[in-house]
Amino acid sequence: MSKLTPFHDRHLAAGGKMVDFAGYDLPVQFHGIIPEHTRVRTTVGVFDVSHMGRIEVRGSGALAFINRMTTNDASKLAMNQAQYSVLCYPDGGIVDDLVVYRLPDCYFLVVNGANNAKDTAWLQEHLAGDVQMSNITDVQAQLAIQGPKAEAVMQKVCSIPLSPIGFYWAAACEVAGVKALVSRTGYTGEDGFEAYFPSTSALKVWDAIFEAGREFDIEPIGLGARDTLRMEMKMALYGNDIDKTTNPIEAGLSWVVALDKPEGFIGSDVLKKVEAEKPARRLVCLEMQDRSIARPHYPILAGLGHDPDSSTESGHVPRQVGAVTSGTLAPSLNKGIALGYVKRQFAKAGTEVQIDVRGRNAAAMIVKPPFYKHGSRK
Amino acid sequence: MANFPTDLKYTKTHEWLRLEGDVATIGISDFAQGELSDIVYVEITAVGKTIKRDEPIGTIEAVKAVSDLFSPVSGQVIAANDLLKDSPANVNKDPYGEGWMAKIKVSDPSELKGLLDSAAYADLAAKSAHH
Repeated sequence: MSKLTPFHDRHLAAGGKMVDFAGYDLPVQFHGIIPEHTRVRTTVGVFDVSHMGRIEVRGSGALAFINRMTTNDASKLAMNQAQYSVLCYPDGGIVDDLVVYRLPDCYFLVVNGANNAKDTAWLQEHLAGDVQMSNITDVQAQLAIQGPKAEAVMQKVCSIPLSPIGFYWAAACEVAGVKALVSRTGYTGEDGFEAYFPSTSALKVWDAIFEAGREFDIEPIGLGARDTLRMEMKMALYGNDIDKTTNPIEAGLSWVVALDKPEGFIGSDVLKKVEAEKPARRLVCLEMQDRSIARPHYPILAGLGHDPDSSTESGHVPRQVGAVTSGTLAPSLNKGIALGYVKRQFAKAGTEVQIDVRGRNAAAMIVKPPFYKHGSRK
Repeated sequence: MANFPTDLKYTKTHEWLRLEGDVATIGISDFAQGELSDIVYVEITAVGKTIKRDEPIGTIEAVKAVSDLFSPVSGQVIAANDLLKDSPANVNKDPYGEGWMAKIKVSDPSELKGLLDSAAYADLAAKSAHH
């Protein structure tokens, strides 16, 4: 039986089509992935992300512990600043990706819902020194308010000015009179906020945000559009684009891997080697050249021309140089896009490849990220 | 609530069929379009071919997934709905009208006896639904 978030009744009332996701009964869509996607790109939408795992870390050893466990350098965080980061295994494989906040009374980790139990156990296993961890997922709600009008909406219900809060910064405040943490973060490429507050006051916050957003046609947004929005930005999804068999260097996440941290971190020895030798494969953006849509696990091929029949005529056998990890129709671009790993020599933007779409070789091109270049993110 | 016209026949794989003379028009049910949602591409690959009942004759791409279109009957695929190339969302808007997908010249009309009527299909759809 799936768990329910505090907003479950609101999802049903809004006509949400519910699915099990990360152990929760969550809306995959309300009235359609494409209109919901467009809502976030053009005005504002609200995601119930209460299924995300939320962990507080306290104690005099908290920073040292987090710096040992995560790839980014948490010592660089100023008060109320957040950073994207990665938890790695000793072999460099990815346990999870996460956001680390430095707050006045603790470090606050936000991890993928599906990995919450695994991450908590992994962190617990490595506890050392004066460190206390508490998983507050079940008592806290989380909403993501995303889109070019997100600030206008949130300003109406927030007790503090939001414009001074920069990208990946947070502030404690009240939302609709409820004590909350608000950060300028998200998973869409648009400007927007995430708000964390007690589950017991969740509906009060939800209703106030929707009332404030009415003039912008605010709508709840399902998991389907969350996926297409993040894919257009080349934001990795754990379980698709990154997992224990991939490392952050080949996944293009070197920008959150601080190999120069003096004490190192779990996985740093292997990742240093990968960085020095260059990864054998890279996660790339692929744009379909016809109307096909690539899906996870479709083989990426090279060595064929554009003519799908040329293999039979020339006798050339296309060789597999990679595989798709995420694929969709990009609603903002109205074309098929995909993420996938390819051998390094095929990873350069402009490289032409083919994707085996159920037995047919469809032309695709490696392109520079992101696919969608007009996001309102500041 | 999904709508299942009583003058049509249905399959367990969520296609509908309307027989006129010996030509069957087929598409996917209102329930199926709702489950797939956001249909962005319909490709009928078997135009001109003679096919057997339950064989795939094309694919339906939605934003989140791809599915096969199976023929409810044996026969020859004589037409595909070319208007869907530019307006695939017609399948979502009007699954039994503008959203039709293919026409099949039926080779064995007795196969229709094995298909579901509206009431039996409504039962099946209700059991397949998430809620």
